[in-house]
Amino acid sequence: MALEKDPLPASATGIGDRPKRRSFLDRHKVLEKNATLLLALSFAVVTVGGIVEIAPLFYLENTIEDVEGMRPYTPLELTGRDIYIREGCYVCHSQMIRPMRDEVERYGHYSLAAESKYDHPFQWGSKRTGPDLARVGGRYSDEWHVDHLRDPQSVVPESVMPKYGFLEDTLIDGRYVQDLMATHAFVGVPYTEEMLENAQSDFAVQADPDKDYDGLQGRYGESAQVRNFDGKPGVSEMDALVAYLQMLGTLVDFSTFTPDASR
Amino acid sequence: MSDDLRKQHGTTGHSWDGIEELNTPLPRWWLWTFYACIVWGIGYTIAYPAWPMISRATGGVLGYSTRGEVAAEIDAVAQSNAAINDRLASVPLTDIAGDPELNQYAVSAGGAVFMTWCAQCHGSGAAGAKGYPNLLDDDWLWGGDMEAIHQTIANGVRNEEGDDPRYSEMPAFGRDDLLEKGDIEAVVNYVMSLSGTPVDAGQVAAGAVVFADNCASCHGENGTGDRDQGAPNLADAIWLYGGDYPTLIETVSNARFGVMPAWGPRLSEAQIRAVSAYVHQLGGGE
Repeated sequence: MALEKDPLPASATGIGDRPKRRSFLDRHKVLEKNATLLLALSFAVVTVGGIVEIAPLFYLENTIEDVEGMRPYTPLELTGRDIYIREGCYVCHSQMIRPMRDEVERYGHYSLAAESKYDHPFQWGSKRTGPDLARVGGRYSDEWHVDHLRDPQSVVPESVMPKYGFLEDTLIDGRYVQDLMATHAFVGVPYTEEMLENAQSDFAVQADPDKDYDGLQGRYGESAQVRNFDGKPGVSEMDALVAYLQMLGTLVDFSTFTPDASR
Repeated sequence: MSDDLRKQHGTTGHSWDGIEELNTPLPRWWLWTFYACIVWGIGYTIAYPAWPMISRATGGVLGYSTRGEVAAEIDAVAQSNAAINDRLASVPLTDIAGDPELNQYAVSAGGAVFMTWCAQCHGSGAAGAKGYPNLLDDDWLWGGDMEAIHQTIANGVRNEEGDDPRYSEMPAFGRDDLLEKGDIEAVVNYVMSLSGTPVDAGQVAAGAVVFADNCASCHGENGTGDRDQGAPNLADAIWLYGGDYPTLIETVSNARFGVMPAWGPRLSEAQIRAVSAYVHQLGGGE
């Protein structure tokens, strides 16, 4: 197919040189030909997005509203939380009640940001093969939790949850819980020196109501529940996990909480 | 390259070995959709909460909030059920069954409450499990009329959070050395003889003596139980933890301490009455 007439003159290099009017938008050629400039300006564009999305989180006090009752996890609860993560409970259970009527009626008051402010990492999740656990604390008896973890189908025949009976066979002494708490303190959880020093004894006391637990409740408040969670002597992984489950969502007193409606 | 297109759109001026690039514009429909999205995006950020400011984000002229929406939805349902819920919460408990409209509402609503809060222990069909009572039969630990069921649900059993939970504690006869091993075996044989066949009939007579001295104060002289103390009837064939020999030895040795949460702090009075009515009509209500 021969061309009768070339409508545009070709340049010597064969590139560019269009004889059209040059508008502002045509100047992108400068960027396309200068890799360093392109990199610098791409970075500038991404920075704008970053500033808009991330920067407010650092200076907006209202991203986490103040609520009464929040406290750091006790050593036993924190250990239970690690077991929760180790066993992959988050794969099937979320800890985030969304602000929708069906969720609020089934699980309780929708979750607040403040309720997971001491979680590193948070356990909100998005996959619910099992129910949400954000407010499971106090909903069942300790014995139910032990029965259910040992053999979920014995109490909920239609459940597909695996069995976790081995947890009650593993006794733990909280040898490393102080280091664990120090790590959490490093990323911002307000553990005091006193809490860190007493970590291992607080760990043992919480699962044994026969011991003196005034110190534990003095440091963490009355909301630290002291019971022999698995009903057996010694502190097992089952004790730690049930202690953690039984405090989930119980710290904030919603009878005195007024939500900020603008959120 | 078609000459028509070349004339129509021109080329970008790029040419490699004589191969040139047409400067075809984007399709009009695409371009207008793109511009419409930009306009819509601007409108959205004006109408809804969007831009972060110094102390909080812009609120949006529509005043929308997620929390406001869920509160409004919950209020709407509460409003639509307010009249019948008030009636349910205020009539005498025993009158609910006699009012067909109220009863139908209570049983339906109670079924939903049961599935949400009770089924995990008592089973979705209310048949219970080992350690969690069957609510379909007429064997009640703490009483099976409306008042008793309502009281149990509202305050729970042996918990720490209720105002006035049901409470009793069976001694751990073996663990706390209250009975010799032989006495425990004898009394278990006696208890088995009340509703079936003992393992060792020769021990029944001795067991009866142990029972009268240690167990009858709660479980009754004939082992028929005492609802004031939540002491189970041992003379029927219904067992909460199991009626076989090893389970009974375990029960007498280490005792049982079944806990039920108090639902008064979690559910409304109407919800508690509804689920009471639901449980009452399952089959064993008195």
